[in-house]
Amino acid sequence: MSMLRSITSGLRSLFRKERAGQELDEELNGFIEMAAEEKMKEGASRKDALREVRLERGSLEVTKDEVRTAGWESLVETLWRDLRYSTRQLRANPLFTAAALLSLALGIGANTAVFQLIDAVRLRTLPVKNPQEIAKVAIDHRGGATGSFASRYPDLTFVMWEQIRKQQRGFSKIFAWGPTVFNIAPGGEVRNVQGLWVSGEFFETLGVQPALGRLLNPADDQPGCGSGAVAISYSFWQHEFGGERSVVDRTLTINRRPFRIIGVAPPDFSGVEVGRYFDIAAPLCSEPSVDQEYSLLKSRSGWWLSVMGRLKHGWSIERASAQLRGISPGLFEAALPPEFNPSNAKHFLHYELGALAADSGISDLRKDYEKPLWLLLGLAGLVLLIASANLANLMLARASTREREIGVRLALGAGRGRLVRQLLAESLLLALIGAALGALLARNLSQVLVASLSTQHDPLFVELGTDWRMLGFTMGLAVLTCVLFGLAPALRAARVSPGVVLKESARGTTSGRLRFGLRRVLVVSQIALSLTLLVGALLFARSLNNLAGLDAGFRQNGILVADIDFTPLNLPKEARTAFADNLLQRVRAIPGVEAAALASIVPLSGDGIGHDILWGETGEEAGDAPVAAFNIVSPHYFDTLQTKILSGRDFDDHDRAGSPNVAIVNEAFAKQFAKSASPVGMKFRVRRMKTTLLYEIIGLVRNTKYSDLREEFPPIVYTVKAQYGNPGTDAQILVRSRDGLIGITAAIKNTATEVNPNMDLAFSSLRTTIADGLVRDHLMASLSGFFAALALLLAVVGLYGVMSYMVAQRRNEIAIRMALGAEPASIVKLVMRESGTLLLAGVVTGTAAALAGGRAATAMLFGLKPSDPVTLGTALLSLSFVAALASLLPARRASRNDPMMALRDE
Amino acid sequence: MTDKPSDLVQGTLDMLILKTLALEPMHGYGIAVRLEQMSQGVFRVNAGSLFVAFQRLERAGLIKGEWKATENSRRAKYYALTNQGRKRLNTETRQWGRQVAAISRILEAS
Repeated sequence: MSMLRSITSGLRSLFRKERAGQELDEELNGFIEMAAEEKMKEGASRKDALREVRLERGSLEVTKDEVRTAGWESLVETLWRDLRYSTRQLRANPLFTAAALLSLALGIGANTAVFQLIDAVRLRTLPVKNPQEIAKVAIDHRGGATGSFASRYPDLTFVMWEQIRKQQRGFSKIFAWGPTVFNIAPGGEVRNVQGLWVSGEFFETLGVQPALGRLLNPADDQPGCGSGAVAISYSFWQHEFGGERSVVDRTLTINRRPFRIIGVAPPDFSGVEVGRYFDIAAPLCSEPSVDQEYSLLKSRSGWWLSVMGRLKHGWSIERASAQLRGISPGLFEAALPPEFNPSNAKHFLHYELGALAADSGISDLRKDYEKPLWLLLGLAGLVLLIASANLANLMLARASTREREIGVRLALGAGRGRLVRQLLAESLLLALIGAALGALLARNLSQVLVASLSTQHDPLFVELGTDWRMLGFTMGLAVLTCVLFGLAPALRAARVSPGVVLKESARGTTSGRLRFGLRRVLVVSQIALSLTLLVGALLFARSLNNLAGLDAGFRQNGILVADIDFTPLNLPKEARTAFADNLLQRVRAIPGVEAAALASIVPLSGDGIGHDILWGETGEEAGDAPVAAFNIVSPHYFDTLQTKILSGRDFDDHDRAGSPNVAIVNEAFAKQFAKSASPVGMKFRVRRMKTTLLYEIIGLVRNTKYSDLREEFPPIVYTVKAQYGNPGTDAQILVRSRDGLIGITAAIKNTATEVNPNMDLAFSSLRTTIADGLVRDHLMASLSGFFAALALLLAVVGLYGVMSYMVAQRRNEIAIRMALGAEPASIVKLVMRESGTLLLAGVVTGTAAALAGGRAATAMLFGLKPSDPVTLGTALLSLSFVAALASLLPARRASRNDPMMALRDE
Repeated sequence: MTDKPSDLVQGTLDMLILKTLALEPMHGYGIAVRLEQMSQGVFRVNAGSLFVAFQRLERAGLIKGEWKATENSRRAKYYALTNQGRKRLNTETRQWGRQVAAISRILEAS
């Protein structure tokens, strides 16, 4: 009650200040008058009476001030006035303000953005009910496995999943799932969306409630369900169906099969995989009808599922693991694929299941991006340090120029507390505006980060919330820097007698010199830190350059990959090879096409086939057989990709089914297996499950990269399509052309439609596919480059500031030197020597720091070491150059000073 | 009167003002004079402390101000005790009595 009254009364005097003031005036005047009248009754004159009253009771003005400052509203008022004054001060020094705000915003923004990404990918838990109960089931230390692998998480086969569901005891509910892509185009060019195969328990186990309709349940996932029900994600519902409620019971096609939409998942649910999203979730039982003869569900050696479950109450991960280990022998016995040879089978039967915590979901992004992100956070942290040092430097510079102002104000009777409060207000205002800008920057920067990691074939989705902890931390640091360095000098100045300050400020006090020392230390550390960043950025840039400029052994530019899928035509196996060949001939006939060939594997696309090699005609086996990479191609493959045939010949039309099996190998294969530079004519065997096939080497080609640019050249065996016994239902054609890829794409589309309009077509450029594999390297190079440029800018600003200050401080000394006949050149030398010392100190420390910190980046670099001398040299040179430039300006200004002017000022 | 007017014991001014107003509403000067008279000239309050105290008490809801004419037909702000103020005065007086008794006992113990 009384609090309320105090507030309303305070507000009244705040907003109706004049009225309240008048009332007080009148009341006090009355008081004085009455007291004076009393005195006059005793015979004093009015003048004497008033004087006496003032002496006894205090002066009217002081009383008024006392009453006014007693209420809380006066604090608000002065605070408001301080803020307005600070704003004016900041506006009056736009250069200082801009530099300080920029440092703050960039430091805070960069750190928060990177941390948000780390948090989203690594630290946050799944947005499902009680995420701490969710665990994943997988084979411990699986090592090499045999079979077909699909999806990003090929942990288990379907048979294993069935057994786990039957035999596990530790989970109250358990489900299997696998990511995939679904072609939702009814025909013609392929339109892929992100799909999920899920067992019926998926949504129930996670406790996800539908936004509309219902979600899949075990009844939807019955063996042989064919094309049945699917659930769609909220975002897919929004952008594909415009959020219409009539979407339930509508039909959509997956690989040309009709599916019925039964419901929509809630908006915050994007699956259990962090950094990805799904559009359509379909039950596992529909997989055979979608994937047809490539079905993994039907294949006992098809690895495509990942299993997760909710632990029963009272069951720990360890206990669930132990139970899973217990059932493993029987389970793997039951799941053993019959086609396995004894060595595969032995390995398989030794597998053991285990449970792993999965409360934060699972993600393949972690493997690829966790380390780079932490490293980026480290770099951003350095930027924040530099920004803080810069800010400190700016604040110190400002404080020393204001020493005189403070002295004057103290001499005029300003309260010290009031002065300190004012400086504090200014620091806080700066920090808060900087932090607000930083938060804004963080939001945009993290979105740019995610966008730059996404590619067309591998779209990412990261739920980014503003991270208040990180923002709070960086903001706190900014405020601390501002207050510490803005206030400390002010406090000291306020403690000094105003007279001393006024007398000495023209020449600079001793404390000024001390502070100048601090500023030099700050600049040295800025130079050191930015050198570290610069070295890091150059390393990543050169590494990316090495990768991009790398000779992969084949041509990357101007190659189109056309995938023509003729599954809908239901061709029998015997007709497929001829059909694909016909397509190839027609593509070759298109004007502008220089060469074209079929290939089962597009190099560097991430796909691959591996088989055991048994050297020699008899194919003796010695322990675990070594593996080589395989590619099944048509004649002219090497011509199309311009890979040189070193000896022997290319495949030709005589290499047919029925004729002896032939192979072309690369140099790495020749070295590892044939141990000869001319292996043509030699023979080897390839293991295919329980049988082996004999091949004769007919050609040797140059080494090429196979799945990854960073790898050593692997041993590769090329075999010819015509001799491949199990032809698939698509033709992947690599096309080299003179014309642009767009024109050729259109021409191939026409040709394919002429052959049969009922096929699915997909196109991509080899160059883009390869570039997509370098996303991480691009990210590191561009972000570290950005950070380094920033750091360099800040360091240069800092150095410039210190040198300008030094020149100003020594103005008299310089003037005297010049008056005594010193040449301008010698003055420039004087200043440059000074800055050279700072630079040297910074560079020595920075080099040591860069060498020490570089080790963290070793694994991410390609083709150079962290201590690469060229990189270090380039960084040193460029830093020295801009540093010299930054100090040359004040040096020249000093040398142009009119000595008489400076001396007269004294 | 050999002693100079002395300062008030810390924190007692509010209580004394309330006591002064317990008899009848009074304006600022009147309160000051009454305080001096009742203390027989021991306490002399300066205007600053007095008016700060008025503002404080008014905001706490213990007294209420109202502009009225004085006997000399001058306008002045008269302060009056509120119910809350009266209650506060009672509790403070009781507490004060206890404290003074306790202090005297300590000082007179030998």
